[in-house]
Amino acid sequence: MTTQPAPARAPLIAARGLTKRFGSFTAVDAIDFDVAPGESFGFLGPNGAGKTSTMRMIGCISPVTDGKLSILGLDPSSDGPRIRGQLGVVPQEDSLDTDLSVIDNLIIYGRYFGLSRAECTRRAHEMLEFAQLTERANDRVEPLSGGMKRRLTIARALINEPSILLLDEPTTGLDPQARHLLWERLYRLKQRGVTLVLTTHYMDEAEQLCDRLVVMDKAKIVAEGSPRQLIERYSSREVTELRFPVGIQETLGDRLAGIGDRIDLLPDRVLVYTSDGEAVSNAVHARGLEPETVLVRRSSLEDVFLRLTGRSLVD
Amino acid sequence: MALASSAPVPTLPATGDRVPRPDPVNAFRASYEHQILLYLRNWRGSLFSNFAQPVLFLLAMGVGLGTYVDKGGPDATGGVSYLQFLAPALLVSSVMQGAAGEGTFPVLAGFRWTRRYHAMYATPLTPTAIAFGQLAWNATHALMVGSIFAVVIVLFGAAATPGILWSVPIGVLTGIAFSAPIAAYMTSQRDTTAWNNIWRFGITPLFLFSGTFFPIERLPDVIRPLAWLLPLWHGVDLARALALGTAGQEPLLHLAHLAILVVVAALGAWAMFVRFRRQLEK
Repeated sequence: MTTQPAPARAPLIAARGLTKRFGSFTAVDAIDFDVAPGESFGFLGPNGAGKTSTMRMIGCISPVTDGKLSILGLDPSSDGPRIRGQLGVVPQEDSLDTDLSVIDNLIIYGRYFGLSRAECTRRAHEMLEFAQLTERANDRVEPLSGGMKRRLTIARALINEPSILLLDEPTTGLDPQARHLLWERLYRLKQRGVTLVLTTHYMDEAEQLCDRLVVMDKAKIVAEGSPRQLIERYSSREVTELRFPVGIQETLGDRLAGIGDRIDLLPDRVLVYTSDGEAVSNAVHARGLEPETVLVRRSSLEDVFLRLTGRSLVD
Repeated sequence: MALASSAPVPTLPATGDRVPRPDPVNAFRASYEHQILLYLRNWRGSLFSNFAQPVLFLLAMGVGLGTYVDKGGPDATGGVSYLQFLAPALLVSSVMQGAAGEGTFPVLAGFRWTRRYHAMYATPLTPTAIAFGQLAWNATHALMVGSIFAVVIVLFGAAATPGILWSVPIGVLTGIAFSAPIAAYMTSQRDTTAWNNIWRFGITPLFLFSGTFFPIERLPDVIRPLAWLLPLWHGVDLARALALGTAGQEPLLHLAHLAILVVVAALGAWAMFVRFRRQLEK
């Protein structure tokens, strides 16, 4: 018996020149990306970068202004309900029906996808197990904690066994325990072959969950790659963080020039990007400078993010 | 011949023509089913107030006030008791008030509070199916309120003729003529401020001055034409004529009532569907 050739991995989602305008405001400006089956793909960016608008277009609930978007090989403008039947959506804002019980939220949602009541009930119990909410099945939604509501929203999004799961800032506002539990559940889904598309502005989340990501800023994609590739390309292997006493920081001027690959002078500390953090530390001391604290760490996505999208506050 | 494989191979999802098409009828049915589920959470309380309201109103206005009105002779109320004069009109007005309420808070909740409609739109449901579920439910609820009211009227002996039963469908039609345009308006509201004003300066005066408690001929000549512009009077006057068996006396007027109610309800429903789509599809 001959082995089957690996199926061609045509992208599940393909965008070319994808654009969203609201009046004269351009929320998404001609972006291109592909998401492969089974991949976990992230949109990273500050608030207002266009992540949510992009997600809403992928979710087929927001018409594309310009460009091409194909999801599962179909066009959202003509096949919206058909595509939505294959998606699971975890929106940024909770949209659970707080007047219904936990399990009824799951059952009625399954009904939207045309599943029989018996099948909805069976899957709802399965999903409650997965979301660790079995004990709360008949409780009302209102008194649940933020983490529980998020888990219930994810359970709800899985009721139709979607081939693509869209998560818009899935863990914003959750405590660390709840976030780690969610990440673990999402990782299990990924192992089962579910394609994950998520937005986040948490770098640790992106590093945990994403095989590949794009960084968005001001409606455009400014970088694309795996977390590791992005760090290699836009940052250095290590970062040395130096903190000087108040008053000294401002007088540093050129006294650090030539140390490391790149220097970021922040109001409260100095970041030196380098391949060897210890060497930087030694070089600083050799110049007679006495920082209060020295921290050598590995470079992270956060360094990439801040380099690409700047440090000024976005509101 | 099959080779045992330990690692599970994720199956590739269906794409292109192999993606199943959702059943379009299911979208409408499931949207309506959600409403029923919501109603069942609280049906006892709802049913109780559906009974209590007509009992209280008929007791206070029909029996209590009616005793005084009837002393003035039957001419003022067209030859029937005040209770019989009032009953069909009160039914229509009450159904209208209930339906106006159903066009308000559930819609505000669906878009702003629980964001239920947004959740529905993330599935194969269309904005049209979502609006349909809400409107069909509002009509169902109006039918329940009206039917219970009719039963109470019969129990009170307040039915002049079997024509009282016409008040139920006319009540539902009047209800939609209010519920749908109000729902359309509420799609873009952020809170209840505008609504409070509609209720205070719209619904309550209409309830009082649309011929429910006294004929609009008693209104000053300057405001009387206003009654023609607002749909409640048409419902009230038509239901009363059918209940008292007098509709045949002015057939054109009563056909006009019906036509106006149908047009307002249809325009309202159209506006509601358009506004639901506009609000969801951003």
